[in-house]
Amino acid sequence: MQYLISVIDDKSNPGSTDRQPAISAFNERLIAEGYWVFAGGLADTDAATVIDNRGEQAVFSDGPFVESKEYLAGVWVWEAPDLDVALKLATEASKVCDRKVEVRPFR
Amino acid sequence: MSAADPREAITRAHYEEWARVVASLTRRFGDLDIAEEAAAEAFATAVERWPAEGVPPNPGAWLTTTANRKAIDRIRRENKRDDKQAEAQMLDADSPEPLGAIDDDRLRLIFTCCHPALAMETRVALTLRMVGGLTVPEIARAFLVQETAMGRRITRAKAKIKAARIPYRVPSADDLPARVSGVLAVLFLVFNEGYLATGPDTNPVRLDLTAEAIRLTRLIRALLPDDGEVAGLLALMLLTEARRTARISATGELVTLDEQDRGAWDAALIAEGHRLVRERLAAGVAPGRYQILAAINAVHTSARDIRHTDWSQVLALYDQLVRLDASPIVALNRAIAVAELDGPEVALAAVDRLEDKLAGYHAYHATRADLLRRMGRSQKSRAAYDKAIELAGNTAEIAYLTRRRDQLG
Repeated sequence: MQYLISVIDDKSNPGSTDRQPAISAFNERLIAEGYWVFAGGLADTDAATVIDNRGEQAVFSDGPFVESKEYLAGVWVWEAPDLDVALKLATEASKVCDRKVEVRPFR
Repeated sequence: MSAADPREAITRAHYEEWARVVASLTRRFGDLDIAEEAAAEAFATAVERWPAEGVPPNPGAWLTTTANRKAIDRIRRENKRDDKQAEAQMLDADSPEPLGAIDDDRLRLIFTCCHPALAMETRVALTLRMVGGLTVPEIARAFLVQETAMGRRITRAKAKIKAARIPYRVPSADDLPARVSGVLAVLFLVFNEGYLATGPDTNPVRLDLTAEAIRLTRLIRALLPDDGEVAGLLALMLLTEARRTARISATGELVTLDEQDRGAWDAALIAEGHRLVRERLAAGVAPGRYQILAAINAVHTSARDIRHTDWSQVLALYDQLVRLDASPIVALNRAIAVAELDGPEVALAAVDRLEDKLAGYHAYHATRADLLRRMGRSQKSRAAYDKAIELAGNTAEIAYLTRRRDQLG
C-alpha cells in the first residue's frame, strides 16, 4: 500500500530551517527499511503557476491555486503494509522535519 | 432443536454473539462492511426461522455459519470471483474456527473501531455498531444526531478503514498501553453520556448506554485481565452505576451524594467494584487515572453516611490524580473535598482560580453556587445557580439546581 505524506508548513509560524541533515538521515533509514518510494521538498508557493486548459484556450496564472496560511512544503511517498506503520513513520517524520504532516493513502 | 423461547433466544444471541460474528467475519473477509451486513442478515434470518424451526442447539455457531454464507453470497453477487483473495477466503469459509481465535477477533475489532486515525465521535459510533450491535437509529438517538447523519458517519468510517488500510490487529506491545487507553476513553464517554444524559427530551439517566458501556468494559476486562486501567475503569463504572437509582428522585431531580439513601445503593455492584479496587491495590503497580477515580468512589461507597466519609483519603487520592492529570476539572473536584476538610472559603478560593478555564462549564458554577450558599452569601450564590442552570444539559441536574436556587434566603 502506498501513502502520500504531505509536509505542511505555516507562513505565520514556519518550522525551523535547519532540518535538512536530520531529514537526510531519516530518508536513508526509510530506504534501508524498504519504505521509501519518493521524496522531495518544494520551492516556495510564489514559484507556482496554475494552468487551466479546460476551455478553448490555456490560461496561465501566476501563483498557487489557493492562497492560504498553510501550504504544502514537500512530499514523501512510502510503501507500507498498513496505516499503523505509516502513522508510526509519519509521527517520526513530523518531529524530524519540524512540521505537520498529512498521511493519505493512494487509491 | 431446543425448546427455548425463540424470541428470548434471539435477544440473548444478539447480546452474546453479535460481536463474535462480526469479528470472525471481518477476519475472514477482511471487510467490515461485508461483516456487518452479513451479521445483520444472519440475525434477520434467525428471526424468521427460529420460531418455526426451533432454536438451534448452538445459536452462535448457527449464526456464524449463516452469516458466512450470506457474506459469500454477497461477494458472488458483486462478481468478485476473479479476486483471488476473496476466492481463497470463500474456499475455507466453512472450515472450523481455530481454537481461541474468536476472543482475539473481538479484541481486534475493538481496536480497529477505536483507531486513533478516526475522530472520537466516529470511534464511539463505530464501537457501538460493530462491537455493541446497536442499530444506527439507536446510536443516532443516543447522541441526538439525525439517523442519516449517523449512517453517513459510520459508512465514512468503514470506507476510511478500507481505503487507508487501518489494520485488523491487536497493537504491538509498545503501542498497547496508548491504544488501550484510547479504547477506554471511548467506553468512558459512552458511560458518561448515559450517566449524565444531555437534552431536554432525554431521560436523565440512559440505562441503555451505561449498561452497554459496562458490558463492553467487562468484555475488554475478560480479554485483557492484567491491565490495571481496564480494571480501574470497570470498577469506576460499577461504583457509579451502583448509586444510579438513589441518584434521581421520584420527581426526576438529581439527589446529591450527601442526600442519597445509601440503603438503595446496589450492594452487589459495590462489592464487585471494591474487589477490583483491592485487586489493583494488591498489584502494587502505580495506578493510572481510572484506578484513582475508582479508589475515590470506593472511599465514598465505603462510608455508612456522608459524615463517615474519609475526606482526607479522598483528598490524598485527588492529589495523586492531579499529578497525573492537571486538568481544571480534576482541580474542581479536588476543591469539593477541600471544602469538607478546610471549609467552603478555602475551597472557593481554589475554585475561583479556575474561572478562566471553566467559565463555560456548568459544574464550575454549580460548585461555586453551593460553596457560596454554605457561606451564607445568598446573592452571589443565586447568580452562580442562574449561570449553572443556563449551562446544564441534564434535566435532573437542572431541576436540582433550580430548587436549590429557589430555596435561597
